[in-house]
Amino acid sequence: MSEIPQDLLYTEDHEYVKTAGDANVVTVGITDYAQGELGDVVYVELPKVGAKFGKHDAFGTIEAVKAVSELFTPVAGEVVEVNGRLDGEPALVNTSPYGDGWMVKLRVANAADKNALLNAAAYAAHLGE
Amino acid sequence: MSATDSTTALKRTPFHDIHVKLGAKMVPFAGFEMPVQYPTGITAEHNAVRRTCGLFDVSHMGEFRITGPQAVAFVTAVTTNDVAALAVGQVHYSGILNDRGTFEDDCLVYRFADHVMMVVNASNKDKDFAHISKQLSRFDVKLEDISDHVALLALQGPEAQKILQPLTGVDLEAIGYYYFAQGAVAGIPNVIVSRTGYTGEDGFELYFDPAHAEKMWDAVMRGGRVTPTGLGCRDSLRLEMGMALYGNDIDDTVTPLEANLGWIVKLKKGDFTGRAALEAQKAAGVPRKLVGFTVADRAFPRHGYPVFVNGAPSGEVRSGTMSPSCNVAIGTAYVPAEHARPGNTLEVEIRGKRFTGTIVKLPFYQHASHR
Repeated sequence: MSEIPQDLLYTEDHEYVKTAGDANVVTVGITDYAQGELGDVVYVELPKVGAKFGKHDAFGTIEAVKAVSELFTPVAGEVVEVNGRLDGEPALVNTSPYGDGWMVKLRVANAADKNALLNAAAYAAHLGE
Repeated sequence: MSATDSTTALKRTPFHDIHVKLGAKMVPFAGFEMPVQYPTGITAEHNAVRRTCGLFDVSHMGEFRITGPQAVAFVTAVTTNDVAALAVGQVHYSGILNDRGTFEDDCLVYRFADHVMMVVNASNKDKDFAHISKQLSRFDVKLEDISDHVALLALQGPEAQKILQPLTGVDLEAIGYYYFAQGAVAGIPNVIVSRTGYTGEDGFELYFDPAHAEKMWDAVMRGGRVTPTGLGCRDSLRLEMGMALYGNDIDDTVTPLEANLGWIVKLKKGDFTGRAALEAQKAAGVPRKLVGFTVADRAFPRHGYPVFVNGAPSGEVRSGTMSPSCNVAIGTAYVPAEHARPGNTLEVEIRGKRFTGTIVKLPFYQHASHR
């Protein structure tokens, strides 16, 4: 059974959204379930700071040993920070998906986008857990 | 990531419950439910095989037993390598071709004193059996599919002999690479102990009665130095060695001459299925060759990605992965024969962008421990 923190929001594609401090900036990564399904992550291709995305746009790629997977934006927004550590330590996605393995921080373009995300209970139900 | 709701029942190996208990991720593979990885993860499992030892359940593989006075002649006629040249107790790698000279499958051939055993890919087993059965009427032999009566474990890694020797009276030191012996292992009688494998490392493949599956697994694991290893790392290990995988590097569109497997083709041994086509190809010139390449950028070639040579399409990536041992992206592809030289380049299209690959000499991994 995978870890699903109560204080985060989720997509059906297994991205999570974390809000801390500034309510308009969210941290995006993939869930514990997603990293477990992917297996060992060997490379994460991320966008540049300043890049703008709509909701559910492909913003990056995650390469695991056995599979490649697209990353989708949970909300529309502008990239304000990317996790540079993943360049040298892609395995952080496996070891700390909700912590050091985060991917990008987005300045949310439309606060209402967040209302469409799943809460922890809904995401757990989506996983069938 | 969708749930599997396959209507066809998947077969299970005799080690199924052990895999589940260990927390393996089970996936459908060649009609079987197989462990692709354990909680340790593919990279750690890969490294365990290169550095110490891993244990693979490969009981899904198919085994055919050929008995009768013309067993050697029959297998000679349906495979590419020269079975008569095998000593009793010796194994070789071989191909099963069709009349076009392309692969129906690749296989191992074991020569016993009174019979021959072929080990084939699980996904091709029934097709192979039907295909070679067409030749049966010409020979005084009996062909049996004994796959359901054989458990197969592969103990692979530089420490394999040290780990296995205390469990058996068979003198492992005396078994050369691609030879086998028979004897008791862990108290289980009539085990075929074969110094073969699909990883490049030293190691043994153990064929035995599935009734003893759990006893064998536990005995090999007991010392605590063996890592359970799944199909995921089996693929990265074999690819680093440039060993072909049916369905990727070789299939029924490819001849052994194109796949750099001319060494398993013995045209002079007498007739065999596919020989005429191979002789014709040899005379006309082999048009393309399988090569290994590396990609310097961190963009990984994967099976099916388009390949270009000097701007012209050159098929697709056959196998590709991030090599854990070489720490570089590696792949295989067919290129025009005149281009198949180390140092030459090709291009791989990855998500709409083209990346340069450099052709290298195989194997990718040069430090394997096999003898």
